[in-house]
Amino acid sequence: MSSDEKKVSGVAAPDRMAGVEASPGVAKPDPVLVVDSVRRSFGGLTAVDVDHLEVQRGTITALIGPNGAGKSTLFNLLTGFDRVDRGRWTYEGTPISGRSGHKVARAGMVRTFQLTKALTRMTVLDNMLLGAQKQFGERMLGSLLRPVWSREEQSNTERALSLLERFRLLDKRNDMAGSLSGGQRKLLEMARALMTDPGMIMLDEPMAGVNPALVQSLLGHITSLREEGKTVLFVEHDMDVIMDVSDWIVVLAQGQVIAEGTPAAIASNKQVIDAYLGAQEDDVAGAQEGTDE
Amino acid sequence: MDILTILAEAARTAVGPIAAIYALAAVGLNMHFGYTGLLNFGQVGFMLVGAYGVGISVGVFELPLAVGFLVGLGCAVVLALLLGIPTLRLREDYLAITTIAAAEVLRLVYRAGFAEPLTKGVYGLQNLSGDFQTLNPFETGQRYGYGAFTFSGTHLWVMVSTWGLVALVSLLLWLLIHSPWGRVIKGIREDEDAARSLGKNVFAYKMQALVLGGLFGALAGCMMAMHQGSINPDQFKPQVTFFLWVILLLGGAGRVLGPILGSVVFWFLMNFTDGFLKGLGSLGYLPFLSGPDYGAIQLAFVGVMLVLLIVFRPQGIVGDRREMLINVK
Repeated sequence: MSSDEKKVSGVAAPDRMAGVEASPGVAKPDPVLVVDSVRRSFGGLTAVDVDHLEVQRGTITALIGPNGAGKSTLFNLLTGFDRVDRGRWTYEGTPISGRSGHKVARAGMVRTFQLTKALTRMTVLDNMLLGAQKQFGERMLGSLLRPVWSREEQSNTERALSLLERFRLLDKRNDMAGSLSGGQRKLLEMARALMTDPGMIMLDEPMAGVNPALVQSLLGHITSLREEGKTVLFVEHDMDVIMDVSDWIVVLAQGQVIAEGTPAAIASNKQVIDAYLGAQEDDVAGAQEGTDE
Repeated sequence: MDILTILAEAARTAVGPIAAIYALAAVGLNMHFGYTGLLNFGQVGFMLVGAYGVGISVGVFELPLAVGFLVGLGCAVVLALLLGIPTLRLREDYLAITTIAAAEVLRLVYRAGFAEPLTKGVYGLQNLSGDFQTLNPFETGQRYGYGAFTFSGTHLWVMVSTWGLVALVSLLLWLLIHSPWGRVIKGIREDEDAARSLGKNVFAYKMQALVLGGLFGALAGCMMAMHQGSINPDQFKPQVTFFLWVILLLGGAGRVLGPILGSVVFWFLMNFTDGFLKGLGSLGYLPFLSGPDYGAIQLAFVGVMLVLLIVFRPQGIVGDRREMLINVK
């Protein structure tokens, strides 16, 4: 409950990004994720072409852009769920480009999905326990030595239960995840991602298809992640939502970073508004042309 | 027609060596499909390499029985790796296509002329169970049991050892599944991207499951060679795989007891319908059918029973209704 009161407790503190110039590809004082010339094309279409991007540690950074701007593609690339044509990126100074998804997660950069992936035919608690890292019992032969992993399992269970309590899913712990509502699944996915004890959380449209009341609660959870010192990068469509919580906003259009800045700077950026709205108008025009052909 | 005799005969088959062998192979399929979600349509291929591994070792090279079993199991590991390395990174249907094709290719290769020095081609291998039967604690000539429910010492030994293996393998499976390893495996069944996003090496887990289930299949093949004393490539037709799938779904996928009960019930039904049809025929109720037609009608009859079962009990005999009722996608 405390998280809800805390939540929109303030317009994002601008001091977190003080002194950083609002220009695309600008260097940050303490970047946790550094991306260099990442490019991905599908046939003739260049979906992502990012020259340089840094994400500041301990902040909430929002990635916005019109439909088809390449936000989710960039997400998939950075988290190892898609392959780049070229490009390098480092997390905490370690190069993780080209690593597969599970290795990126192990490095401490964990993601969620736009279409929530609750493991439906497993209990909520089992969903959570799957998030725990370096479990001896997860090795094939190790799993047969129950006495060796039972203590580890117990401490993982305690941690899972406390996270479930925080996300208000505690009384659902023995239910199948498939029986949860859409919003509860979003919460479960976020809690499960936290179970991996990540340094950075990548949320792919965490607010999609969630009712307004739950949006507030989700925002509260996202800000509480920052308070724990975790870095959050999230993709979102809804501008109003983003303005409240983010410290920094990166605007993507046609695969490129066209602007970066604090919410206030972005809100008044003429170029962003043009690109954001203009691109959508273009889309409509493009669609009409398409039907004419 | 004596319905009691038919029932007794069906019950005899339901606990007999063949049912045990199919149960063993179905436990492997349960590992693949029931827990990991791997669509293996070529379990018979693992049985084939297992049977021929022991058959060629014992029958051609006259190696000890234990070595033969190890060769059979080794072949299954190789087959699983060959099937898994190219396909397990791809979408699940690729494994399905590859396994069904590979199993059939294996059968054709093992019966081909160029393989004859080893496999004896279409004639198959004979006299394989000598060593196995010297271990037999029962009298081979004697019959054990009561009334119509008797088995020869030879069969009893195969039954005891194969059901013993089924119990052992099921215990192993139970331990694995009720552990964090099993949790990851089930997580992969539900959504492998989610498992990957939580730092699990999905490919490695799927490979482990494929190898393990394949080993169980190969073990079933080895026991088949021991039971029959001879093997022939044409016993390993794709329909064996589909019988195994029926057994698994009948019993309940994703349950340790599923394939065991499934095999017992399946062989009971197979034998009962067969006996029943023949009984009706002998009484003159089926004048439009001649001898060979019974087989076809019998399979259709079993099919109808299975359809009824799937309609009224989709989770199988021991399946978890809670798991079944949730819409997966």
